[in-house]
Amino acid sequence: MTEVLFYCFAAVAIASAVIAISRKNAVASALWLVLMFFALAGTYVLLEAWFVAVIQILVYAGAIMVLFLFVIMLVDLKSEELAVMGAPRFRALGLLTSALFLAVAVFVVLNTRETFVAAADTWDRGGALEVESGSAAGIGHYLFHRWVLAFEVTSVLLLSGMLGAVILTKRRLT
Amino acid sequence: MNPASTSLVTQFVSSPVLAGLYDWLSLHPDHGGDLIGWAVGRLVLILVIVNVTLVMAALLVWAERRVSAWMQDRLGPNRVGPQGLLQPLADLGKFIFKEDFDPGHVNRWMYLIAPLIALVPALITFAVIPYTGVYEPDAQVEGGWAWNSWAVADVNIGVLYILAITSLAVYGLALGGWSSNSKYSLLGGVRASAQMISYELSLGLAVVSVVLISSSLHLGDIVAYQANTTWFVFQQPLAFFIFLVAAYAETNRLPFDLPEAESELVAGYHTEYSAMKFAAFFLAEYVNMFVGSALVVTLFCGGWTFFGLETAGWLAALAIFAVKTLFFCFVFIWVRWTLPRFRYDQLMRLGWSWFIPVALANVVLTATAIALDRTWVAWILPGVLVLGGLLAAWIAPGHVAVPRLAERTAPVSGEEGSR
Repeated sequence: MTEVLFYCFAAVAIASAVIAISRKNAVASALWLVLMFFALAGTYVLLEAWFVAVIQILVYAGAIMVLFLFVIMLVDLKSEELAVMGAPRFRALGLLTSALFLAVAVFVVLNTRETFVAAADTWDRGGALEVESGSAAGIGHYLFHRWVLAFEVTSVLLLSGMLGAVILTKRRLT
Repeated sequence: MNPASTSLVTQFVSSPVLAGLYDWLSLHPDHGGDLIGWAVGRLVLILVIVNVTLVMAALLVWAERRVSAWMQDRLGPNRVGPQGLLQPLADLGKFIFKEDFDPGHVNRWMYLIAPLIALVPALITFAVIPYTGVYEPDAQVEGGWAWNSWAVADVNIGVLYILAITSLAVYGLALGGWSSNSKYSLLGGVRASAQMISYELSLGLAVVSVVLISSSLHLGDIVAYQANTTWFVFQQPLAFFIFLVAAYAETNRLPFDLPEAESELVAGYHTEYSAMKFAAFFLAEYVNMFVGSALVVTLFCGGWTFFGLETAGWLAALAIFAVKTLFFCFVFIWVRWTLPRFRYDQLMRLGWSWFIPVALANVVLTATAIALDRTWVAWILPGVLVLGGLLAAWIAPGHVAVPRLAERTAPVSGEEGSR
């Protein structure tokens, strides 16, 4: 049952991702991407990682994509402006970026899976709490004990990004 | 009821057929493990709850018209059925038989799915809300809660599920506005997304303090915690207030109905919609209102418990939940017909420069209260805010919100109007 459902969700995720990047209409792309997030959340549910699944929907589908949609609707690109995006140099740049991203993703998956599992195991054996990794308690446990430094660094990074955006828009206004 | 029929009812209720059916459908949360029976039981339950929600939404439309009429010393719809109760049915008939017109300039697919996207999140939120439950004192001895909640889906991250689903509601409005390809609709859609993103933050932060105190994301646990101590409205008055106001903003109800402000945007995001597609948007608003009230009750007003009255059984608990929810629905209506609409900048200022900082401070204060084990600490901030407001109104009457409201509604001269 779980396996069948996994293949269903995976098929939906891949199909909607492909459709999302091949649409001309930016709003349609954004919506297909939202469907992709839902399918992904479905696979998380199958892993019994309820917390991750719900956060996936809450953060990506509920917040980030709404902001994306908001901006797309405000900018409302015309077709001639979109045609510029299809220029050869943009295509080359896109290919290069996606190749780089793929390389990084493959590298990360191949290299960190074992180290992460091993680290989590030793952490658990060191008298840590008995937690499930997919629950709110489990995520909180790893986030605020083992990975607290990384967590704080990430938050500072996000804050600096936010400040940068505010400064950029403010400068244009005054 | 005469004795013969009473015994017939008793016979029916206690008959092994019904008991077997009850067990097979696993309507009680402790299902025996029969997967098909459980699935059928859940489907029946879902069907019942979706229908109850939709009927409630239709009745709320009637209630709104009657209550507003009562507040304005009119009668309201009172012709169709007793007290006009069948008016929603007549409205439905009108919506179904009206011409379903799609304007030629719309983006057809998105125009068609937008009303559905608006309605579905509103309906599925109810899946995790505990509508009733049973009091089982034995469970407390085993380390659990004596108050055992029932919900369609008894998930342990119910609070997050609700936040996630409510954050999706904006898609219907934004898409409806965008796909209509009309400037009023687009403005309504853009307003809706900006407003809902802004108030989602304060809504979430208000819930955080509740989660901090009850230390659970499970709605049943939150209800049980309140039954065990006291309602969160008394422990977290500020969070309650922020949640309530943010819920008004999230449901696009007055005083925050700017996405459909009829004096500025014709009808906002649903300007180009007609017949049942318009009705779907309309229904979504009232379903949201009903679900929002149920949420306020569950998170802040003890859910299906009422100071020991719920021990009478799950039907009593259901009645308590229904009465409380209807009360908050009434408050929704009451507020709508009492307050004037906010201006857009006022709405944004209230959300970003007041609610979010205050909600954040409340979370910090709540954490402090838990660390010190003193619940009254949570009352400091609302006390300071209310006293500060009163003091400011007393010392400098020209500079606070009360006279400004009057100034806004007063006729403005040419120079002031251009400001």
